[in-house]
Amino acid sequence: MSARDAILERIRSHRPSGEHPLPESPDFTRPSGDVQARFVERLERMGGEVLPPDGSGDMLAPLRTRLAAAGRVCSAAPEIEGNVDLDAIARPHDLADVDISVARAAFGVAETGSVLFTEAELRVNAMAYLAQHLVVLVDPADIVESTQHAYRSPLFHQARYVACHSGPSATADIEGVLIHGAQGVRSLTVVFVPRSDASLR
Amino acid sequence: MSGPPDSHTVIGGPREPQPRGAKVRPGWPIDQSEAADRFIAAPRHLQNHDTRLWTLRQNRDRIAHGIEEWEELRELASQIKEHTLAHLDHYLEMFEANAKANGIHVHWAADAAEHNRIVHQILDEHGARSLIKSKSMLTEECAMRPYLEGFGIEVIETDLGERIQQLDDEDPSHVVVPAVHKLRADVAEVFSKTIGTDPNNDDVHYLAEQQRETTRPLILQADAGMTGCNFAIAETGTFVVCTNEGNADLSANVPPLHIASIGIEKLIPRIEHLGVFVRLLSRSALGTPITQYTSHFRAPREGGEMHVVLVDNGRSERLGMDEFWTSLKCIRCGACMNTCPVYRRSGGLSYGATYSGPIGIILDPTFNRTKYSALPFSSSLNGSCSNVCPVKINIHEQIFAWRRVMAETHEIPLMKQAMMKAAGELLSSPALYRAAVSGADAALRTLPKFIVYNRLNTWTRAREMPKAPDHTFHDWWKANREKTEVQP
Repeated sequence: MSARDAILERIRSHRPSGEHPLPESPDFTRPSGDVQARFVERLERMGGEVLPPDGSGDMLAPLRTRLAAAGRVCSAAPEIEGNVDLDAIARPHDLADVDISVARAAFGVAETGSVLFTEAELRVNAMAYLAQHLVVLVDPADIVESTQHAYRSPLFHQARYVACHSGPSATADIEGVLIHGAQGVRSLTVVFVPRSDASLR
Repeated sequence: MSGPPDSHTVIGGPREPQPRGAKVRPGWPIDQSEAADRFIAAPRHLQNHDTRLWTLRQNRDRIAHGIEEWEELRELASQIKEHTLAHLDHYLEMFEANAKANGIHVHWAADAAEHNRIVHQILDEHGARSLIKSKSMLTEECAMRPYLEGFGIEVIETDLGERIQQLDDEDPSHVVVPAVHKLRADVAEVFSKTIGTDPNNDDVHYLAEQQRETTRPLILQADAGMTGCNFAIAETGTFVVCTNEGNADLSANVPPLHIASIGIEKLIPRIEHLGVFVRLLSRSALGTPITQYTSHFRAPREGGEMHVVLVDNGRSERLGMDEFWTSLKCIRCGACMNTCPVYRRSGGLSYGATYSGPIGIILDPTFNRTKYSALPFSSSLNGSCSNVCPVKINIHEQIFAWRRVMAETHEIPLMKQAMMKAAGELLSSPALYRAAVSGADAALRTLPKFIVYNRLNTWTRAREMPKAPDHTFHDWWKANREKTEVQP
């Protein structure tokens, strides 16, 4: 008998007694008022940052200034042009020396200050982890209230990969001292920018 | 998470060597309390450990109290897990079918040895000589690392705490924070001997950065990546991995081959149920709203290859144990460890097992009843573990039930057995009990210390026995109340 069949047979012969019906999960979400403000508060608590607008009217101006001072920039967002061509990447390893990666979040979650990506937003998944820093474009209209709402997204049934980032890489494995950038990105910065036509899903 | 500990609380003096874990003697039960004694004898390690874990417990309380529906979530999580376990064959078949349809290779392993063979075979077929992996208690349980290293395959742990433990050739001491029993000076010593850091520099930022810099080339050179699994979703064939470092995503997304080891109890029916479990996991574990990274793998990335190994290793047997099957609900958050007064003061390595603390006490005997026969006695049965458990496992009741099993199957140490036998005979006869109580109290007053403070009588070892009362309750009742008692 295969291991598979043996395991399933043992499970069937050891079935716990009782009914054990599957409960309905009620929606616990309560409207929080300003969803974007809640998102920012939680994002900052998770170690993330927000790059504020500079008053010029161009919401991407502060980011362009920051990117101009950076070395290798890799962007999967159509609004931002990097100097590393993602189409020319043969293997994820070619992104090892990237300073800043830029991607648009599929959506955000206010409850946890999270941003979510699929392979469509990242194009090369490793770009969000091998870079030293990650910049995330978020359309305020894309922020959902709660984790429960997030899991209603059809992306979980369609995408190969859905990564939910809540702040940057972090560890407190040595005496509880908080360190950002344990292995992945050292910082995660959100820039609020409505989707342009080019980046409409 | 908590910041640096208050420097005023550090006890001065020369460096304190790190206490090591339980002594393992083949054929003998693990003597947890012997190892605990050595941990308690290291005051700086004890204080750091106790304080750190209690901080996690307090953080958990604070964040849980901020969620009105917290108790409802725990009840839901418990019911969803019990439902899934009661229909585990159905959900495993559903998971398998959906994962296969998404292009994932699905393997089944009856035990640890088969798991290790399968992983080795996958690596071998790809000519893989190096494997980067994120933390997985299941691969610890299977002792996979030494097995693969026996074939010359280099295995690199990428979680900082787990990497520290790997480099120190020591098991993880906690399911979430594997090196929580170590002080920064211990880490500095391990790193100076293994990755060449400055032995005199125990700055935590320096140590973490050195680990990042030395692990990164290994990540880039690795032939294959491996992750564990926190939740496996039957309806989509998805598996979910939660980390704070992003190391699982590096392991999964950099090398062309991704293998995930999944215990069969990790199944949950639907994606929507993640809205219950993800909300509970990190809040219970660390007191944070969510882990920094919650990654959902439904299919291999383009050009990549993905394998999952569904591992039984005793779980299907446990499912048939009336009193213990609900321990399979465990989501490995570690909340029961953080709250346990015994665990906090003895360190995870004192249990001499993959799983330590209250959850370890009830899981470990299912792997080896003799070796872990004394563990159920390393508990004060205060019930705190059950109160914080996000899936409502009656941990302390199961600990008590294991004591009974050990007694019935003659697994408890000789001395303890003799003491319990005497107590059992006494307690089974009320008349005998009443006649004997004054005598027993007298004995407590007069018994030589070598009997009461016997080595095997674990829980009197670090404390004085209670002072025996001058009169028994029965004596008092007879003298003061019996004559006025109203008959119903």
